Amino acid sequence: MFPWLTLLMLAPLAGALVVAALPARAAANAPKQISLGISLAVLAYVLVLWARFDSDGGAQFAETHVWIKSFGAHYALSVDGLGLAMVLLTAILTPIVILASWHDGDNGRWAPKGMFAWLLALEGLALGCFMAADLLLFYILFEAVLFPVYFLIAGYGGANRKAASLKFLLYSLAGGLVMLVGVIGVYAETAKGDGTPTYLVADLVNHSFDTVPGRLIFVALFIAFAIKAPLFPVHTWLPDTTEAGTPGTNTMLVSVLDKLGSFAMIRFGLEMFPEASQWATPVVIALALISILYGALMAISSQDMMRLIAYTSVSHFGFIVLGIFVMNSQGLTGANIYMFAHGLSTAAIFLAAGFLIRRGGSPRIADYGGLDKVSPVLAGTFLVGCLSLLSLPGLMPFVSEFLVFVGAWREAWWIAAIAAPGIVLAAVYALWMYQRTMTGPVRPELAATKDLDTREIATLAPVIGLLLVFGFFPQPITTLVESSTEYTMSQVGASDPAPAVDGGHDEGSDQ
Amino acid sequence: MTFRAPHIEYFDLLPIFIILGAGVLGVLTEAFAPRARRYLIQTVLAAVGVAAALVFAVISLVDLARNDEVGKIAAEGAFALDGPTLVIWVIVLLLTLLGVMLFAERQLEGGVTSFAGQAAALPGTEAEREASTKGLEHTEVFPLLLFAGAGMLMFPAANDLLTLFVALEVLSLPLYLLCGLARRRRLLSQEAALKYFLLGAFSSGFFVYGLALVYGFAGSMNFAEIAEASAARTGSQGLLLAGIGLMAVGLLFKVGAAPFHAWTPDVYQGAPTAVTAYMAAATKVAAFGALLRLFYVAFGGLRWDWTPMFWVIAILTMLVGSLVALAQTDIKRLLAYSSVAHAGFLLVGFLGVRSISELGPDEIGSVQAVLFYLATYGLTTIAAFAIVTLVRDSGGEATTLDRWAGLGKESPLVAGMMAFLLLAMAGIPLTSGFVGKWAIFAAALTAGAWPLVVVAVLLSAVALYLYVKVIVLMYFGDPTGEAPSVTRPSFLTSGVIGVGVLATLVFGIVPGPLLDFLGQVGVFIR
Repeated sequence: MFPWLTLLMLAPLAGALVVAALPARAAANAPKQISLGISLAVLAYVLVLWARFDSDGGAQFAETHVWIKSFGAHYALSVDGLGLAMVLLTAILTPIVILASWHDGDNGRWAPKGMFAWLLALEGLALGCFMAADLLLFYILFEAVLFPVYFLIAGYGGANRKAASLKFLLYSLAGGLVMLVGVIGVYAETAKGDGTPTYLVADLVNHSFDTVPGRLIFVALFIAFAIKAPLFPVHTWLPDTTEAGTPGTNTMLVSVLDKLGSFAMIRFGLEMFPEASQWATPVVIALALISILYGALMAISSQDMMRLIAYTSVSHFGFIVLGIFVMNSQGLTGANIYMFAHGLSTAAIFLAAGFLIRRGGSPRIADYGGLDKVSPVLAGTFLVGCLSLLSLPGLMPFVSEFLVFVGAWREAWWIAAIAAPGIVLAAVYALWMYQRTMTGPVRPELAATKDLDTREIATLAPVIGLLLVFGFFPQPITTLVESSTEYTMSQVGASDPAPAVDGGHDEGSDQ
Repeated sequence: MTFRAPHIEYFDLLPIFIILGAGVLGVLTEAFAPRARRYLIQTVLAAVGVAAALVFAVISLVDLARNDEVGKIAAEGAFALDGPTLVIWVIVLLLTLLGVMLFAERQLEGGVTSFAGQAAALPGTEAEREASTKGLEHTEVFPLLLFAGAGMLMFPAANDLLTLFVALEVLSLPLYLLCGLARRRRLLSQEAALKYFLLGAFSSGFFVYGLALVYGFAGSMNFAEIAEASAARTGSQGLLLAGIGLMAVGLLFKVGAAPFHAWTPDVYQGAPTAVTAYMAAATKVAAFGALLRLFYVAFGGLRWDWTPMFWVIAILTMLVGSLVALAQTDIKRLLAYSSVAHAGFLLVGFLGVRSISELGPDEIGSVQAVLFYLATYGLTTIAAFAIVTLVRDSGGEATTLDRWAGLGKESPLVAGMMAFLLLAMAGIPLTSGFVGKWAIFAAALTAGAWPLVVVAVLLSAVALYLYVKVIVLMYFGDPTGEAPSVTRPSFLTSGVIGVGVLATLVFGIVPGPLLDFLGQVGVFIR
């Protein structure tokens, strides 16, 4: 059997080593061009995988080898529809981010080639996480992926990079340790029966955990996923981190890595601990609703563009988690598509804002004004980014947000009602940011601002193009995640509530 | 009364005899060989002796595993040569070999070893200056190292109380001496030696008193007979319990567990770093080996009596090690407290004790977990201290943390390896430290000690901050004053660092074979 996925994971990692090993006297553009080439090759490879993927076939391209026998750990990779969607998102965004970060590594603590090497390493490890079919392997990759991000921020970030990157690292590693208890708990529970522990996802989904240990393990895992997602109240690292990170790093962090949290909630939460997930639903939904509203309000009050975008993500992850935990097919499909859509929309706004900040030299919204007259293309792409933040119909996020609302409504009308102001607030923060930066009188010091050059247009064009294409024609992605949604639904044992049922969520989740 | 000659299994005990023999030859070398030749003779003798012992230990271990034996009781019941003993022998001998390499390093001090030129010369006197201008060296350190190593071989193998005590003293006395032999900062070094000696002698006193009480209860020195007597519960329980407690004090002192850890930071800081490296790695391995045997074999039946005590000590040790380490400003003290914390983690694994019948076929047992942790932790630690010897300024080793700021720029390779080793101590995945931590936590959790595991994980998070702080300092700190410099070592120190880093990496990625092997041989003979 051809190791499709191992190759996919190793290609960017090997690329990272090659780029890191380039001699200092190599041409300044060599690391950038090589990284871009590698990431494009990975994208092409993923497209081939997608073409060979059977949408109804469940987990595919599986590779399973025993790794540490006494731990029950395996080196096991496979992708199902949702996994492939995330792999696709990662593969699409990496070349775009590399192209967008062309000059961002020049003022770093280390040579620019380091930044591109870390970006490729990040891609490889993130791909590994989305493909891992063994809990311990996932855990290890989930931890390992922090280090590229740490070095990207600490080495190439802005003014506050040292403290921000440290906060990020410690927050995440502490979450990882809590998760470790859960991971070991899984070992203890599976070892209990016949003394043969296992971490293989395929075995774990069939293992019925006892109620109390199952719930405790679920809580330990969920805390780590919530930190990663990030969900209120463990979101505080995200604004600080994005404030210090480069736009490219932020895109990879929020668009790709944070998806690991929500992805893992489905893969290692709902599917593995259906009973515990249902037990936790009220609390999780409450946290999701708080995230939606709190994130939006904080975004409105933010003075810094990067912080603002970070808070919009807190709000959007609230929607994703809400979609996951209402546990009906609309909500789950919505959440699955939302993960993809949010990756694209966040990339668009982060990168556009990054180009703006590079020109104006300040991340503060108050330092800008009237740029739509000086640099119309920049203003136009920035507007599209803002519109995708507020989920305008015709752009991809709309499809997913709509489905999440349908799902929430089917669970209980008041959940949808509480979440609804999130849409209004989104319009406020997105359009207000646009208005303050782009419209009005031109500031004299910005009068000579150059418009986007070809490279910058080339980075934003594919993102905006995909947002539009999937906005009008989301079928490729919906078909991809459909079988995953059905599988998750069958695992949690929840069927869609009959339309006539109109009551609290308890009725919905108990069916 | 007829006299029967004791039957000694000479071949099986060869590693001990070889090391002791090499030590004695080393002493003779001091007496007869001319000064100029001693260094060469001593290093070769020590290295060859340890290597030969290592080969024999490996052969015995492989034999044991291949024949699927439990092992044997040797020397009229004085030694138990089973899987755990042989595994610890291999680890200790490997660490001793690395220790010899560190001791023999001459390039860092400009042509002499890092031990005092003439230990008898008072610090700051004319005699000392003279010794240093003449380039004198104490090559006695090699026999001393070998004697300590022999004690460490006997300690985990001891199968009766007397042998246990003799081994404890044989391993301790040379170490007390070695601690006082630093070439630089000699007062600090001598103070460390005196502290270590006084506290060590005190703890030995506790140990002997406990030993006497246990003998009084069981009427025998032999572990198996003590186990029988304690299972029958005849005689005075008070005597037995007091004896167990007092003996635990002696052993916990050696492993550096709180509240008997107070010597660790001072001694680790004051001793020559090569000695610290050896002590931190090998003593801990040997002492945990003895602790496991004494409590699993001799007092195994009384598990419910001693576990509460060790629960308290494990939590206290992790607490002290992790929290006090935060306040340290010296890398050697910091690593000392970190070693205290690791003793706590090891005790968590030690408390994951279950009888073999409870253990599933593929499940991880506490002996297996602790042995794995000891092997990997020992190699990681010795390499970390070896790196400490490289970072120097005009006054010798620069151990204050401030002086480590900006090391990443000065020497990316050394800083990178140190960062990797620190991450291993923190238990970050893809290092052997993670696998070890996972193993002991899993062993404890499956044994039902989950509150202990939760505490251990919380304190791991604290310790994590500590290690990350050092890494951040190395990479992102700005040097104050004179930048730290990394002296180029000879192949000896580089070899130690290389082996340690490589082992940390390899056992982090493919720990399976070693773990499975330890699972197979990790059974005590009774």
